[in-house]
Amino acid sequence: MVETPTETPAEPPAEVPADPKTELREQAADALARLQAELGDAIVEHGAAYGDVVVRVDREAWRITAQVCKQKLDCDYLSFIAGIDWMPTPAVTEDGSGDTSTPAQPKEQTYGVAGSEGRYQLFAVVMSTRRKSWRVILKTDLPDDDLHVESWVPVYAGADWHEREAWEMYGFVFDGHPSLRHLYLPSEFEGHPLRKDYPLLAREVKPWPGLVDVEPMPGEAADDEAAPALDGGETA
Amino acid sequence: MTTTDLPSPGDLPEIAVDPAAFRHLADAQVAVELDTGDMVLNIGPQHPATHGTLRLVVRLDGERVVSADPVIGYMHRGYEKLTEFRTYPQITTLINRIDWLSSFANEVPFIAAAEHLMGIEAPPRAQYLRTILTELSRIATFVLFLGEMGLQVGAITPAFYGFRDREYVLNLIEAVTGGRFHPNFNRIGGIKDDLPWGWISECKSVMQKVLASCDEFDDLVVGNPIFQKRTRSIGIIPQELGAAYGVSGSNLRASGVDWDLRRDGPDYLVYNDLDWKVWTHPDGDSFSRYWVRLQETRESARMVLQMLEQLPSGPLMAKVPRIIKVPEGEVFVNTENPLGEMGYYVISKGATGPFRTKIRSASFSNVSLLPWLLRGVYVPDIVTILASLYFILGDIDR
Repeated sequence: MVETPTETPAEPPAEVPADPKTELREQAADALARLQAELGDAIVEHGAAYGDVVVRVDREAWRITAQVCKQKLDCDYLSFIAGIDWMPTPAVTEDGSGDTSTPAQPKEQTYGVAGSEGRYQLFAVVMSTRRKSWRVILKTDLPDDDLHVESWVPVYAGADWHEREAWEMYGFVFDGHPSLRHLYLPSEFEGHPLRKDYPLLAREVKPWPGLVDVEPMPGEAADDEAAPALDGGETA
Repeated sequence: MTTTDLPSPGDLPEIAVDPAAFRHLADAQVAVELDTGDMVLNIGPQHPATHGTLRLVVRLDGERVVSADPVIGYMHRGYEKLTEFRTYPQITTLINRIDWLSSFANEVPFIAAAEHLMGIEAPPRAQYLRTILTELSRIATFVLFLGEMGLQVGAITPAFYGFRDREYVLNLIEAVTGGRFHPNFNRIGGIKDDLPWGWISECKSVMQKVLASCDEFDDLVVGNPIFQKRTRSIGIIPQELGAAYGVSGSNLRASGVDWDLRRDGPDYLVYNDLDWKVWTHPDGDSFSRYWVRLQETRESARMVLQMLEQLPSGPLMAKVPRIIKVPEGEVFVNTENPLGEMGYYVISKGATGPFRTKIRSASFSNVSLLPWLLRGVYVPDIVTILASLYFILGDIDR
């Protein structure tokens, strides 16, 4: 059979597997479009986190965003409100003191999905109990020198405890919250434990007990000098 | 010791009595005569109805609650901070202890979050085993509730049945995982081990026992007129308010909200392969919360039986690097735990441990409704409402 140079139909471009990091779920794209229509310029940036939409809004629009989510987007359910401190995790000191068992984190300050302007960020998840997979992740930046933001309690009553927690753990102040007082910690507690510069005191007092039985891995420096062969080293 | 050993009254140091220190007592006596003011009653931190150490400061006017303020944090262990100091495989040990009645179900969303970020998926058999063990821990949790709720209204017998049936299920979990309460059995990319020999037939017979004892609870508790009097139209949670407070799980379904993350959330585990039903009850009172959990226990037992029939064969672990480093990114995974929505918001910066983990636990939001829910109820109803909300202190305090 003689091969005839026929026009082969152009192969359809290979299906590029969508990147789960940047692709939005159908419902999430819909929710984002509605939010954009309602909020306009108040949306600073948006991104995707494995199908979910992450929307960063202006701090001034934090409560309006909640109202829009509840009244226009059908998000009647508040999952949680919490804080983030983007400061890099303090490194172990040179002389080996401090917690050496902590997983090493990058030293430069980077921000997650939808970015951030500074160190402190507030984020929340709202969902719908009437629609399938319908949820929005909201973020807002709080400047270091002014950690005030409007409270969500008038919109979602359940924000009460979540905001008290964010207040004691990060020092965020929620204007309009009925009673910002300690939730988990004793009322005379000072400091904000979930900030990155707050040390894990238990580890400062006593090093991680797991360190005691650390054995050098084969090929590591400690393996060469120490560790005489078990049988006396003669037959090595 | 004879009386002569005791110091005579003359030897004792004299106690200076400051009249001012006792003035408030006298004032109180006057107050009692003049008006029956509010009384502050401390319930807990140790109380059988609190499943741990929850303290309720209740202001009473006679027998009615004027206001209730839950005081939490007696068991705060700072898990969100601790996760920043641990590697991913170490964290499953911690999160086992959040809701200690259904530890296995706690592990699932966290492991799923790490797997999403790493872009790996557990093989089908591992997914099935995860689902089976999750449903078993749901049964263990609910069966205990079904018994204990009876105890809170004064019926001792159901509690024994509850603990007995829970033991059957815990034995099953122990046979697979080696741990009754804290299995620590999930691995990133799959599951540690396969089922032991003969486990499937054992599990089937236990599920039949559970179904039979659900009928027993139906007769013994649900059909009991005293139980109905104590729980019907008490502690009603309205739909909209429950949702705004983030009340989830059976508590919200008992208020008529047809919402179950196993069906309505993003797909997870193998619930789509199964034929099952979401139970709701329109009333929203303590009774309906009991009723919904009873139905869900049955449904879970049926789901386990189904899964045992269609259990696929194959590997238990996906290909996972020896040292687990999770790429940069963030993800929110929430699942339907026995007590409600359990979610982990994991932010990774490419290290062996997470940069930040927000743990969204069900009981925290369920209990935050208490100040609203307890207003105006009678003192004995506090106990039935607390019991019917069904929270675990570890799940509130984290």
